[in-house]
Amino acid sequence: MVETSSPLVAPPPNWWKPAGREEKLWIGIAAVWAVSMFVMMVIIWPAIGGQQNQIHSYRVDPSEFQAYTTAFIEEHQTGELEGVPVVSPPPDTDIFLQASQFQWTPVLELQRGETYRIMMSSIDVQHGFSLQPDNVNFQVLPDFITGLEMTPNETGEYTIVCNEFCGLGHHLMVGQIIVVD
Amino acid sequence: MTAQAANSTNDSILAGLMRRCNITNLAIDRNAEKLIMVNAVVSVVFLALGGIMAMLIALTRWEMVHLLSADWYYRVTGAHGAAMLIFWILFFEVAGLIFSITVILNRRLLMPKVWWIAFGTMLVSALALIIIMLSGEATVMFTAYPPLEATSWFYLFFITFAVGALIAVISFFIELVNARYRGQVGSLPLFTFAMLAAAVLALWTLVSGAAALIPTYLWSIGLIGHIDAGVYRLLFWGFGHGAQQINLVAMVGVWYVLAALTVGARPVNEGVSRFAFLLIILFIHMGAIHHILVDPGFSQLSRAINTSYFIYGATIGSMIHALSIPAAVEMAQRRKGFGQGIFTWLKKAPWKEPGFSSLVLSFWLFGVMGGISGVIMGTVQINMIQHNTLIVPAHFHMTVVSGTTLAFMGLSYYLIPLIFRRDNVFPGMAKLQPYVFAIGMTIWGLGTGFAGHAGMSRRHWDSTFGDMPLATDIFQSAQIDISLVGLGLGALIAGVGGAMYIVNAVATVFLGKKTDTPHLPGIDKDALTPADISAREAAREGHGHHRGFEFPGTLILVFAFLVLFMILYATSWFELSTISWTIE
Repeated sequence: MVETSSPLVAPPPNWWKPAGREEKLWIGIAAVWAVSMFVMMVIIWPAIGGQQNQIHSYRVDPSEFQAYTTAFIEEHQTGELEGVPVVSPPPDTDIFLQASQFQWTPVLELQRGETYRIMMSSIDVQHGFSLQPDNVNFQVLPDFITGLEMTPNETGEYTIVCNEFCGLGHHLMVGQIIVVD
Repeated sequence: MTAQAANSTNDSILAGLMRRCNITNLAIDRNAEKLIMVNAVVSVVFLALGGIMAMLIALTRWEMVHLLSADWYYRVTGAHGAAMLIFWILFFEVAGLIFSITVILNRRLLMPKVWWIAFGTMLVSALALIIIMLSGEATVMFTAYPPLEATSWFYLFFITFAVGALIAVISFFIELVNARYRGQVGSLPLFTFAMLAAAVLALWTLVSGAAALIPTYLWSIGLIGHIDAGVYRLLFWGFGHGAQQINLVAMVGVWYVLAALTVGARPVNEGVSRFAFLLIILFIHMGAIHHILVDPGFSQLSRAINTSYFIYGATIGSMIHALSIPAAVEMAQRRKGFGQGIFTWLKKAPWKEPGFSSLVLSFWLFGVMGGISGVIMGTVQINMIQHNTLIVPAHFHMTVVSGTTLAFMGLSYYLIPLIFRRDNVFPGMAKLQPYVFAIGMTIWGLGTGFAGHAGMSRRHWDSTFGDMPLATDIFQSAQIDISLVGLGLGALIAGVGGAMYIVNAVATVFLGKKTDTPHLPGIDKDALTPADISAREAAREGHGHHRGFEFPGTLILVFAFLVLFMILYATSWFELSTISWTIE
């Protein structure tokens, strides 16, 4: 026996009827699940997780950011890797990582277990910070600083891939972070 | 329909302004019919074009083949996005809007000329955009994030396309108000209601797109000095994500129609289904925030609240449809006598009917692979390990391609013969087509998803990095190689499935046998007959007296879905916790 109209036919004026018990059960469960996911994201993980997404945002002029990066490199440079300056900053300084078409400057040498304030920005178009092989991704925009407090817990070489399309040389844009003891 | 409206329909048929369909007995406005035809044909042309580009992209990302040069790969990736995400889908949806406001309401178009203006504006803009994007003057991807700059013509035609679509959407509202005013319709048929929901979302979406692109156009011609990259992203995704919600809502409407046409399904409860659409209308707008979860500019709390508290309202809406559609199928099958056991109704379903297989495959792939991955990706912290990796296209191809596209393909196996009055040319191929397409998309989705899971970026020409400075071989592993085989082969199989669809559609439109009674044996003709009110009343009397569950099979399926959802959700949090960096 058909109680409702085809979706292709206008229902008669008195079509309303209360939801059945199976539907109420499912809607109730869906609502509980939605609230659970909300609590997990907003309350539980912020309390227990080691990987938060607390971006510290600042406005910055691209030329100003470039000046910060240049000063930072001059102060802490320890070498050069394939034409890119390598810096070994002490943990209590601000780290500047500059994105441009098509490179990440500088290469960072960090110490395992130390916490760094990493400030990223672009001096031209939008870029994407993709730290591999751990696979951690953030957006890097001109005029904004994406600020993160990051602590490397394992030594090794990490690659920074650009994962926001930034022009025809997009796939050439690779950077590096070296974590030492 | 009132007696007066019925008389006016008869007059129109006598005057040759409408025709009576011999299969469905619906009166079809000749103007509406032509508009549905041109919009449908253009949409399929863009699908074919986008499909060819999809093959080129997949064969480039598959590093073993690596077909296109970097320049062409980026051009084609942008044009593919525009052809598929916007043009194929929107032209088909405009056909759907016109169908839902004329054919199934038995009424004529109030303002056919305006609809033609909308169509013409959209068509010229769409063709111009494809040409500009392939010419290399606008290699900025479909997203066109400033300050990466394209020729100003690109932004201009983007805007004129949106204006064309906006004209269509506003015309839909005017037609609807006119239908109500003339007493041609009271409560809307559920499909028209779904299209109304789509139109409401489209309005917001297009306004948001205009807010992003008009200043960008002015910037590109030098009238504005500066475009804020962060604000553009927020506004653009009000358009970009919103547009996908239009697709979602239209697709759910099509699911209800396919269920009605192929097994005679009726919504279990009109009110519940409409409420679910309302939830999506009210809450989905915050979807824009999904795209800026790892952007500077907003606090973690504001990003989390926007993406969860509000979006989960829409998630509940989708979960309601996830129950009500299979439940409607199950109840219809049980009414037909397939009531034994838990799953006999499913076993005895018309699996060889392309509308039914499209419905099930689209529903399954959308919900399980697209829906779950979307909710997980929209978790503010988990987004850090997924943003801009290949998981993102894996997700939205499961929703837009395996979901929306497959559902639209399924519907057109009925719509094309009925509107063009021709027989399907390759009915045997039509039976197979949804399976081939769905199998291809599944393999592609798993391959692409796993490659993204390993960190591979989307929109990236060479993940082997060749001889460039600071090159790395992190993406040269067995896991990635196998994933890319899935990406490449899956795309080719889906491409075959897509070609089967297009060949059948084009052949039917141009070569199919002309007939006033197209051969559609699988169609349930009652799908277009008003419900018998006395039967309804009798059923209502008896309502609440049944013991046991009305649709036990569906309940088992949706609970299995929920368990899978929970497992994948928990797994994603676990993966986040295994990152060797502490991030605060």
